Amino acid sequence: MTTPGQTIGPFYGYALPYRRDHELVPPARPGAIRLHGTVFDGAGVPVPDALLEIRQAGPDGVVPTVDGSIRRDGTRFTGWGRAGVDPGGHYSFTTLVPGGPVPFFAVVVFARGLLDRLFTRAYVPGPGLGDDPFLASLDPDERATLVAVAEPSGDLRFDIRLQGPGQTTFLTFEGTP
Amino acid sequence: MTADPSQRDISAEIEALHAGPAPARQPILSFTPYRSSTLRHPTRAPRRVDPEGAELFAPVFGHCDVDPLEADLTIRHGGVPIGERIVVQGRVVDGDGRPVRRQLVEVWQANAGGRYLHQRDQHPSPVDPNFTGVGRCLTDDDGGYRFVTIRPGPYPWRNHHNAWRPAHIHFSLFGTQFTQRLITQMYFPGDPLSGLDPIYQSVTDPRDRERLVAAYDHDLSEHEWLLGYRWDIVLSGPHRTPLDAS
Repeated sequence: MTTPGQTIGPFYGYALPYRRDHELVPPARPGAIRLHGTVFDGAGVPVPDALLEIRQAGPDGVVPTVDGSIRRDGTRFTGWGRAGVDPGGHYSFTTLVPGGPVPFFAVVVFARGLLDRLFTRAYVPGPGLGDDPFLASLDPDERATLVAVAEPSGDLRFDIRLQGPGQTTFLTFEGTP
Repeated sequence: MTADPSQRDISAEIEALHAGPAPARQPILSFTPYRSSTLRHPTRAPRRVDPEGAELFAPVFGHCDVDPLEADLTIRHGGVPIGERIVVQGRVVDGDGRPVRRQLVEVWQANAGGRYLHQRDQHPSPVDPNFTGVGRCLTDDDGGYRFVTIRPGPYPWRNHHNAWRPAHIHFSLFGTQFTQRLITQMYFPGDPLSGLDPIYQSVTDPRDRERLVAAYDHDLSEHEWLLGYRWDIVLSGPHRTPLDAS
């Protein structure tokens, strides 16, 4: 029954990105961090035509369900953002660190050459991760690909490897045929 | 240096993959006739997980986000774009058949000559100063969407020698959960290029592949004005946890 996916192709760049799409909060806002990283292909080469979206809770652990993601007013936190990579395969969101017991950013990846989207999670590093049954079910190397790296600046780095050594662990959800 | 594969070579590869044991209802990510997939498909299977937290909530869009005029791709400039004026209309529903209400639909496409308004598109076909090829709308309470546009042209690409993409419109869709996120392409009925196209053919189950093809609907056509196509979209899910199902 389900309509199949198809690749985003090479020409989304004039259509899907929009002003402040990647700024879930303005960079100057207190508590603002960057969630950023590079998308790599199976040869370890940065992918210059990928697009990411994130969905997340706020610092209070609550997932906002408010509109305003396209015409951001700079005050309302919608918990959703979109970022195209630059020619070096690098993406960057400005956002808040999600709260909750085992906080993560839900991430979806699109790219030319990728025939359907990929889901993953960028977990916020912290002591609670050891208690998460899903993370505990993974091999250590698979688990490591799902945990963002805290940088001295307070930013979080989350690289994505589509293939090969260190491939990011991608997800399929229960209920998917 | 080896010569670029011919369409005959690519078609033979497609045919061999279609002869595989289990037809795929979603695109095969490692579909080698689409050459760009070679280094960009995961080789380790995805991990099955119960959706939780933010995954259970789609982003919300409202009337502050989308201007109703964005659903008409033919009125964005001073003049009338060149080409065959069409309407593409349909419904977005979830796997249970329930309408996805007041949710964002985005489209982008080439112009009538098969040219995208994108700096990386070097196809020597003219840019139409009256056509950008980008639209947005929110679905209505029945999950309905409607775009007025120009029928896009097919265009050449570099996958293999003399490779042409069938005419298509890119669609970006959201459901009620983040897990339902979908980007896909809508094709036109009877396009002779569809059978040759490794992107379209990456869905190896023919019934599912045909879900990507709109239907001509004369009831949507308007007298002396435009031709109508209907295309309904069924999202996966909603993805329930075992707890919800009990």
